[in-house]
Amino acid sequence: MTEIKFTIDGRECLARPGQTIVEAARDSGIYIPVLCNDPSLKPSGSCRVCTVRCNGRYAAACTQPVAEGMTVENNVPDLEDLRRALIEMLFVEGNHFCPACEKSGNCELQALAYRFRMVVPRFPYQFPNRRPDGSDPKIFLELNRCIQCRRCILAVKTSDGKNIFGMLSRSRTTRIDKDPALLAGLSEEEARKAMELCPVGAIIRKRIGFAVPIGRRKFDSRPIGSDLESSPKGGRS
Amino acid sequence: MENIKSIVHRHGNDRLRLLDILRDVQARDGCVSREAMAEIALGLGLSVVDVEGVVSYYHFFSEGPVGRYAVYLNSNIVSIMNGRAAVARAFEREAGCRFGQVTPDGRIGLHETSCQGMNDQEPSALINGVVFTRLTESKVRELVAGMKAGKGASDLVTEYGDGANQSELVRSMVQNNIHGRGQVLFAPFLSGTALTRSLTMSPETVIDEIKKANLLGRGGAGFPTGLKWEFCRKEKYDRRYVVCNADEGEPGTFKDRVILTERPHMMFEGMAVAGYAIGAELGILYLRAEYAYLEPHLQDVLVRMRNMGLLGRNVGGRQGFHFDVEIKRGAGAYVCGEESALLESAEGKRGEPRDRPPFPVQCGYQSLPTTVNNVETLCAAARIMVQGADWFRSMGTAKSAGTKLLSVSGDCRRPGIYEVEFGLSVRDLLNLVGATGTQAVQVGGPSGVCVGPAGFDRKLSFEDLPTGGSVIIIGPRRDLFEVVRNFMDFFVEESCGWCTPCRAGNLILRNTLDKILAGQGTERDLKNIEAWGKIIKSASRCGLGQTSPNPLLTTLQNFPDLYRQKLKFKDEDQPPFDLGAAMQAACLATGRKPSLEEERQ
Repeated sequence: MTEIKFTIDGRECLARPGQTIVEAARDSGIYIPVLCNDPSLKPSGSCRVCTVRCNGRYAAACTQPVAEGMTVENNVPDLEDLRRALIEMLFVEGNHFCPACEKSGNCELQALAYRFRMVVPRFPYQFPNRRPDGSDPKIFLELNRCIQCRRCILAVKTSDGKNIFGMLSRSRTTRIDKDPALLAGLSEEEARKAMELCPVGAIIRKRIGFAVPIGRRKFDSRPIGSDLESSPKGGRS
Repeated sequence: MENIKSIVHRHGNDRLRLLDILRDVQARDGCVSREAMAEIALGLGLSVVDVEGVVSYYHFFSEGPVGRYAVYLNSNIVSIMNGRAAVARAFEREAGCRFGQVTPDGRIGLHETSCQGMNDQEPSALINGVVFTRLTESKVRELVAGMKAGKGASDLVTEYGDGANQSELVRSMVQNNIHGRGQVLFAPFLSGTALTRSLTMSPETVIDEIKKANLLGRGGAGFPTGLKWEFCRKEKYDRRYVVCNADEGEPGTFKDRVILTERPHMMFEGMAVAGYAIGAELGILYLRAEYAYLEPHLQDVLVRMRNMGLLGRNVGGRQGFHFDVEIKRGAGAYVCGEESALLESAEGKRGEPRDRPPFPVQCGYQSLPTTVNNVETLCAAARIMVQGADWFRSMGTAKSAGTKLLSVSGDCRRPGIYEVEFGLSVRDLLNLVGATGTQAVQVGGPSGVCVGPAGFDRKLSFEDLPTGGSVIIIGPRRDLFEVVRNFMDFFVEESCGWCTPCRAGNLILRNTLDKILAGQGTERDLKNIEAWGKIIKSASRCGLGQTSPNPLLTTLQNFPDLYRQKLKFKDEDQPPFDLGAAMQAACLATGRKPSLEEERQ
């Protein structure tokens, strides 16, 4: 298989045909921040946090395939600012109270906010009126925290391939909802996976809380992206 | 009454036809209830939340009842300029309910809708799909009386428009308002001539001819049509599709309405030419919901073309070339004019744009290579095949060949359709349409540019001022901020909500404008609009978000003084409110005095 040569912030990288910029960067030990993207899923390009400049044009690195000779700008000040703005938009359009959230320390939105050194969002808080949904016996849907990444829609399905989660409405009123009958059929293990898959605290398993104490969670001691950057061939681009 | 199960069955239990199913259910019940959604989901093998997702996405589907007479009054800026407020009040008074409500007896529902392609005859409304134009208070009284008397919506039409609008199959009061006839669209067109000449050439030669003519997409983006066809033809599949984008939704554009009314045979023949060029056997006309009143007319044209051998098996007598067209209808979503969102919608899904690459020419309708072309583009392609590329290039400018249909509306004496050669200046256009003392011209709709008098010598062309056709003229006494606010509202409502910057960012931008208009703005807010607008444009996933800050950005650029006049403080860091006044009530209640002066030092 022929490898594709391209550069990220001037550093020569190699990609396999069909790889996206995020995937190829990951293989080269370069961290491009992602939020909606999960390596196990088809990218949906919804959060736009991975926005890079690719041959001078803006593109989402999670959906953009690498092409021969491509020049990617990643770790540059204006893109860092744009990414932080997107994180801030997600904070102000929902209701995120980290100290009271079961996902704190495991939350990718929170971890990215720390990484981008967000203190106070530049945008005014919207304080939307979103109703949490506790109707399912196993899963609590805390829509105040949902960032509409679509991971649950893509990943949580019935054995015959039906969607359990879906997106309703459009514009600022878009929201995730469930198929009640299908969600009720989830096994304990599937419910645990669904909660783990949600990058924020929108999908919460009922009756099990704080099994791992705050302070010993995924991002409590190591910032998001640092595992990749400290890998043998890693480093910030 | 036909039950849900048989409606689903009539549509072949086909998931691709979910929009058709929902439209039938909506027409039957005045809503799509949760029970209906569950039955439809069962019939199509979907989960209920999938069906609910589609119902809640489109403007003309609803879970709750919209009234036996569902009135959708246009709320776009030209409707407002032409007296929408009085018309809306008349509807409320006569019907006895407010907008957003249904009368207690369930008879009449009043709803708002964005531009429905009637900007040259506003205020307009749709009642059960029937178009009513140039509404006045007295007309509204008659309409509501008719509805109360139980007349059918089409029986409320008392006068008919010109041309094919008065034909038996349309019978609409819509006027064409064609004021400028050019050589490409409105010169006589004899059915079959484009196909006959195309069939004397190889498909590759047809593509070369279109490339040589330098035909650029007329929807606004301006992608070279010949190149699109070539890419599509080169994909190694044995099935391909031609899609005609008749979902013109950019506020202020209505040119495709007139083509669909007066030149459908030319458009369909353009589709057949495209089919021959790329090697497709099926074309799809995606018709915006607001133009549903034209569907019987369009179907009739298709039947006549089949009878003439211009569609169907062995088209134009060419053995082995089969091509036919089917019509799919939208259900009210601006973003479906974006080609990949259109394809999703044509597949019966939420009309959300796709990621590109892959582009529709590689992976389009049902994942097969598809060329999506605008109505006007396909007509121009048909004309090029008759008259030749050199003839076409003799019109327009060096980079923008041919003519362009403009939909002109707003403050001018002769709103309507003008076919002009590319390169016409804004000033010449204003003279042509009878506009005087013009304050600003919105070229290309809300996603385009707001040009002030300093830019009136700019030329309408792809290299200078591109437009998909919408030209809105804003007269001397209009409040430009009302226009900007209306456009930002439009984008806030029409964002599909998929990506963060467009979903969250446009709302933030609009709220910032509101802050300024409320007299609470500072210089900092103007800087924020520029910086945040750039972020939204850079990071958004599709053309909607990539252009949605334009109403603010282009007016801020071309009319900075208007904004500065609205600012309360010039000092960007001064808080835009009086702290002492804000605390007065609390001070009175507690009997304490704040030490404001001290803190400032």
